[in-house]
Amino acid sequence: MSATSTTSGTPALELRGIVKEYEGNRVLKGVSLTVKGGEIHALVGENGAGKSTLMNILFGMPVIHETGGYGGDVLLGGAPVRFTDPAQAMEAGLGMVHQEFMLLPGFRVAENIKLNREPSKPNLLSRIAGPGLEHVDVATMRRDARRALDRVGLGIDEWLPVAGLPVGHMQFIEIAREVDKAKLRLIIFDEPTAVLTESEAERLLQSMRAFAESGVAVLFITHRLDEVKSVADSMTVLRDGEVAGRPDPKTTSVARVAELMVGRPAGAAVGRRAAELGSEIALSVERLNVRMPGEPVENVSLTVRRGEVLGIGGLAGHGKLGIANGIMGLYPATGTVSLFGQPFGLNDAREALTRGLAFVSEDRRGVGLLGEESIELNIALSALEAHGRFLHPFPIPAFRPLNGKEMRGHAREMIRRLDVRTTGPEQQVRRLSGGNQQKVCLARAMALRPRVLFVNEPTRGIDIGAKERVLQILVSLNRDEGVTLIVTSSELAELRSLCDRILLVYRGHVAAVLPPDAPDAAFGLAMAGDEVAAAAAKGDGA
Amino acid sequence: MIERVRALLREAGIPRLLIAAFVVALFTVAAATHMNLADLITDSIVRVARNGVLVLALLPAIQGGLGLNFGLPIGVICGLIGCVISLNAGVPGVSGVLLSSAIGVALAVPSGIAYGWLLNRTRGQEMMVGTYLGFAIVSGMSIFWLLAPFTNPTLVWAIGGKGLRTTLSLGGIFDKVLDRWLAFTVAGVTVPTGALLAFFAICALVWWFFRTRMGISIAAARGNPRFARAAGISDERTRIQASVLTTVLAAVGIVIYSQSYGFVQLYTAPLLMAFPAIACILIGGATVSRATITHVLVGTFLFQSILTVALPVTSQVIEGDISETARLIIQNGMILYALTRTGGQRG
Repeated sequence: MSATSTTSGTPALELRGIVKEYEGNRVLKGVSLTVKGGEIHALVGENGAGKSTLMNILFGMPVIHETGGYGGDVLLGGAPVRFTDPAQAMEAGLGMVHQEFMLLPGFRVAENIKLNREPSKPNLLSRIAGPGLEHVDVATMRRDARRALDRVGLGIDEWLPVAGLPVGHMQFIEIAREVDKAKLRLIIFDEPTAVLTESEAERLLQSMRAFAESGVAVLFITHRLDEVKSVADSMTVLRDGEVAGRPDPKTTSVARVAELMVGRPAGAAVGRRAAELGSEIALSVERLNVRMPGEPVENVSLTVRRGEVLGIGGLAGHGKLGIANGIMGLYPATGTVSLFGQPFGLNDAREALTRGLAFVSEDRRGVGLLGEESIELNIALSALEAHGRFLHPFPIPAFRPLNGKEMRGHAREMIRRLDVRTTGPEQQVRRLSGGNQQKVCLARAMALRPRVLFVNEPTRGIDIGAKERVLQILVSLNRDEGVTLIVTSSELAELRSLCDRILLVYRGHVAAVLPPDAPDAAFGLAMAGDEVAAAAAKGDGA
Repeated sequence: MIERVRALLREAGIPRLLIAAFVVALFTVAAATHMNLADLITDSIVRVARNGVLVLALLPAIQGGLGLNFGLPIGVICGLIGCVISLNAGVPGVSGVLLSSAIGVALAVPSGIAYGWLLNRTRGQEMMVGTYLGFAIVSGMSIFWLLAPFTNPTLVWAIGGKGLRTTLSLGGIFDKVLDRWLAFTVAGVTVPTGALLAFFAICALVWWFFRTRMGISIAAARGNPRFARAAGISDERTRIQASVLTTVLAAVGIVIYSQSYGFVQLYTAPLLMAFPAIACILIGGATVSRATITHVLVGTFLFQSILTVALPVTSQVIEGDISETARLIIQNGMILYALTRTGGQRG
């Protein structure tokens, strides 16, 4: 552990005007920040604000130079560096604790900590054939690992296999591995507390402080603003690839940070007041649990009134996508759901479709489309399966043949209505642009003539023009055809312009239900899991 | 212009064009060496009608996401059992063909379900599992042919009177009944109308099936299982449906093959049915994941023409016979080539 840079005035890490473009899309627009040795610097921002890209640049990840490199300078201890390989970054004293564990489950704790840096002893063979064949020095390895584990306060046996350990322990093993690196100058924690219990999180923050005290610079990436306030010495808020502000964590309020993170919504809200809606309940969900990997839902209850547009927001990984996927039967779910007052069976995609639900998936290529097939078939398929639409009559239902003429006519009409840019209904959907593919997905859901339509990430990865069109279609479905909409999106501004109410999830449960015109701070706080403060902020705004 | 040629090449596929050029070259050489072209063409057509349904049997498996059905011998054996039972009872003519097919289909349905069930449990390895299952079943059935209690003296070994012979002659029973039905001769070319019609009718039936609700859901599940699940289709079920269909068609296919060939071949013969059929559909332009009726028709014609014409032509041009060698190179080379390609191709 080095403590050289504590006293010097040179910052351990300095980023100057970092610019990065992906295919003409500027994701970082001149980001600068400074971390001193012995300091904990917090980096906060929404998903897509540019945090991961910034870390990829810092570590010289291949994805960066494969896509044309970056602009601006990275200075490590005052000296400019430009890594082209993560190994160089580690060699220079950078460490990272990942959000997803990078541990080998079949290996022991000590082996994971010392992976690829194993202490070794020469033997007869290695003297002939080179150091690659030296014996691993187990005693030294265990001693080093023990010391590292003690420093992070993890009392487990260093000789246990990693497989089967609780996730909290895995996180600490990750940290111990970084601790063990002798030349460590800067350590990055990428949302380390996301998977930890409260007491584990507290211990982690302590070890973070211990790091800083030993002179290492700490860069702490997180969504949890209360943690920022409790440990960070300084902070940078990113929004849309720009520095939105650098409030002092000791004096600023969580609400102020939340507001900086979220920013003003782009358009004015079109949401109606709740009073304009009738009282009929379209969908009522009680204690919904969905086992969707990466987006688990825990005990979510919600009701949607007929004709309402409900938004579901929240950060990635907190379960917002799991709600629709669970109700539509795509992932195992438990809970009580009723549809227009009638009980509704979960875990049955066919039931969902025949009962008048429809779904536009967030995973367009994986779930939403048959890439090899024509536009017309893609549009017709769900309705054909669920309602037997577009089929000629035949005595045996399973053998009813396709009515090609009706299918084509309907496809032409949808192409015109949704403005799908295509050579014709027979074109393969994989040849369409993202925006046009999304319109085909919508058309398929519309062919089901749904009463309740779930749309996940309606505008993800599509260009501005298509975006507007897709939102227009959603509004017209709701206003003109009375379809009840449940829209899940990572773009808060989009939800706020479209929805009557917005439900925000945090760690799988409902953190708050807000009107679209609630103050920015309320949204930011709810997404950061601060339910009480969010409710208070909502009260302030109303 | 160059663009259009290139697009045409892409559309037709280089291997398909090469094989087609080879067929044309063979016919040209045959004509140049004053061979009887009419006989060669007759032979080619007869072979198309004979092998067509077996090639077609591969289509549901490909469309259902099971890949190339190397387990074709399973259906073939069902059809053979049908033939043997019908022969044992001594049913002659078209009714013999129909009875053989009916028994074959009746056996193929449960076999196809079991085969599909197995393939669902070995997902991702369908082609390998099919190959090994084919080998295992053919060996198991060899024991059955020996022990089965068939009594008709024309079927069992002359000495000892037990166990079926390796090759059963259909002469006078239903040898070529379909081929001869409405057959006519134009310019020396004899057209086996009945067998061709049967092949085309079954093609039409399969084409129609893939336009029905069940057929569409099979193809949809093949294209994207997660999509299918979201649309309320169980891809486990559609895969079993596809496996039943491929097995049933193989059973009917071998009956049509046998009546045209004039013999029923037992024991290890079914093993050799899958490979040429697979080569046919691949030469036609199908891939491991996409096949159409056009692929079946074009491929069967090209591959079978090579077989008919290559033998006499090579023996004319070269001393000695390399046609069997050429057949094996083309057949197995095509299968290898297809396995290296994963993308679909329209045709």
